[in-house]
Amino acid sequence: MSFYDLLRKYGDFDFEDFFRRVAEDQIKRIISKHRLGALDYLALLSPRAEGQIEEMALRAHRLTVQHFGRVILLYTPLYLSDHCVNHCLYCGFRAQNKVERKKLTPARVEEEARIIAATGLKHILVLTGESRKESPVSYIRECVEILKKYFTSISIEVYPLEEDEYRELISAGVDGLTIYQEVYDEAVYAELHPAGPKRNYRFRLEAPERACRAGIRTVNVGALLGLHDWRTEAFFTGLHAEYLQDTFPEVEVSISPPRMRPQLGGFQPRVRVSDRNLVQYMLAFRLFMPRAGITISTRESAEMRDHLVKLGATRMSAGSCTSVGGRTGRDSSGQFEISDERSVAEMARVIYSQGYQPVFKDWQYI
Amino acid sequence: MADILKIGGRDLTSRLFLGTGKFSSNRLIPEVVKASGAQVVTVALRRVDMDFQEENIAAYVPGECVLMPNTSGARNAEEAVRIARLARAAGCGNWVKIEVIKDNRYLLPDNQETVRATEILAAEGFVVLPYMSPDLITAKKLAEAGAAAVMPLGSPIGSNRGLKTKELIRILIDEIPLPIIVDAGIGRPSEAAEAMEMGAAAVLVNTAIATAEDPVAMGRAFGLAVEAGRAAYLAGMPEAAEYARASSPLTGFLRD
Amino acid sequence: MGAGKLIIILNGTEETVPEDTTLEGLIRSRGLKPDSIIVEYNFGLVKRDSWAGIVLKENDRVEILRFVGGG
Repeated sequence: MSFYDLLRKYGDFDFEDFFRRVAEDQIKRIISKHRLGALDYLALLSPRAEGQIEEMALRAHRLTVQHFGRVILLYTPLYLSDHCVNHCLYCGFRAQNKVERKKLTPARVEEEARIIAATGLKHILVLTGESRKESPVSYIRECVEILKKYFTSISIEVYPLEEDEYRELISAGVDGLTIYQEVYDEAVYAELHPAGPKRNYRFRLEAPERACRAGIRTVNVGALLGLHDWRTEAFFTGLHAEYLQDTFPEVEVSISPPRMRPQLGGFQPRVRVSDRNLVQYMLAFRLFMPRAGITISTRESAEMRDHLVKLGATRMSAGSCTSVGGRTGRDSSGQFEISDERSVAEMARVIYSQGYQPVFKDWQYI
Repeated sequence: MADILKIGGRDLTSRLFLGTGKFSSNRLIPEVVKASGAQVVTVALRRVDMDFQEENIAAYVPGECVLMPNTSGARNAEEAVRIARLARAAGCGNWVKIEVIKDNRYLLPDNQETVRATEILAAEGFVVLPYMSPDLITAKKLAEAGAAAVMPLGSPIGSNRGLKTKELIRILIDEIPLPIIVDAGIGRPSEAAEAMEMGAAAVLVNTAIATAEDPVAMGRAFGLAVEAGRAAYLAGMPEAAEYARASSPLTGFLRD
Repeated sequence: MGAGKLIIILNGTEETVPEDTTLEGLIRSRGLKPDSIIVEYNFGLVKRDSWAGIVLKENDRVEILRFVGGG
């Protein structure tokens, strides 16, 4: 059974009615439960649960320390190409945006890799837009082979691939996959992705499953917060993570709760997701899946990220740059604006100051 | 609302399974069944001892009970399969408790052979309840192989030492979408209740009842304990609260 | 005829029985109550109504089993 089948079971679930019925006592009980079911998780995402956010935070903090220790893994994104044939209404890289497109040559990849490696980072996330012509699998593979010399862990955040293509990239040195469904609500998804291969909801939804079958080591899923009701989107993201963990026990599963940032295309978030909402989501998820990772990018402000260290986060990006070739000087516009501009060294200092250890490397293929 | 345990097409209202070994007299068995409320009763198949006339124990198990032969004596999957087939051919119904033991010191089961036997027998239409050392990966394999329930041990057979493997059994209860029946090791009613409170689907008790001074009274005590534990589980056990509420040290920064 | 002996394996041990012994005869000679036992003849279960028709041969394997107490 694919995750798509599981998701469809909630097709006519009445979320509003469920949220209305959630009671204070019920939340209290769920917070102290040793294992939460899907509907327990949903109850913690309810408006009612906001009143017990500190209790959730205490437990989430303890569970995170118990399972991960006081550490935050640092990684950084590297944009390889911003050529894109999709028309995602909310994205700065979408096809109609008349901006000059860039793609790193192998020499530039190497240059950027050197600069990043000099900061001490060992985990890298490589990104491309969706263009099988400009950034085909063979190109990604070529870049990975260069990056392998500098980094111990290479994750990809690229368009969804076939299982064999994942296998090919894994054998070239990729060990992690990040792919956001963006919107789990299928109707809203269709509306926000009016054209391009990304219209294929199911092919994207099942990409993590294909990567797991191909032998990937880590997967990171998420919904882009701001596109649709965050509570249900957070719920489906959690279900997706749980499904992957149950189906592929050997894979390390994590989620990201990215909040939309303003960007060039001018699309503004449809739904406001407050700091409190974001924290509630992270805490509920931590209680639901105590061993899963939570990744926080530089979309969040420095102040927010400093607080999130103790609220269940396990991985953070640092020294980020969301444009192609941005580190080697030649400037271009990024996919989104980053909020936390601190360098890797500054981030490391801040994490230390909170009594946590910044980790640059937690894995090496041998 | 009735709380039914469904296994192999049967609707069970009792969650105490009874083993029939070690009773001082077979005549006690129908009385213990009655006092405990047990609806599933295990028996073993053995070579007849020519020098010692015995009765067929199956005759003492009330007809409305599910008779569940075990494969005790089997040292590998093939022997377990053979015993199961014989028992079914002898009219014992199609339930079987797989028990494969190669270790005579602790009587611990061979999980790998147990998985093999489960695969074969489930494919032949048996209702297979494998006895196993609590191990998540094995339990998943048993579920895939078609087991109707999984029966992890609480501590070694006949040891009366209670739920020594509690944390591992809890993982099975959390992760395996089949009834988890704690088999072996339960020495007292409070331990049976504890297993049920945790969310075990049932417990199988033999030695603690059979070797009590008054097995019939002990059967009743276990029946009550299992009911109490189950009721507590269904009532939603409150877990110990971990913290007094502090003055928002972690979320105090939130302003919107 | 009838005077000879043959060796069979009964419950794992060699036993000598007279020629022309049937399965039914073997069971009766051991004083076993037919309705309390299960009989396996050369690795196949045989129902009670077939016992009389089976004449034992040299090296036949007979297992006589019974349900006993077990957990």
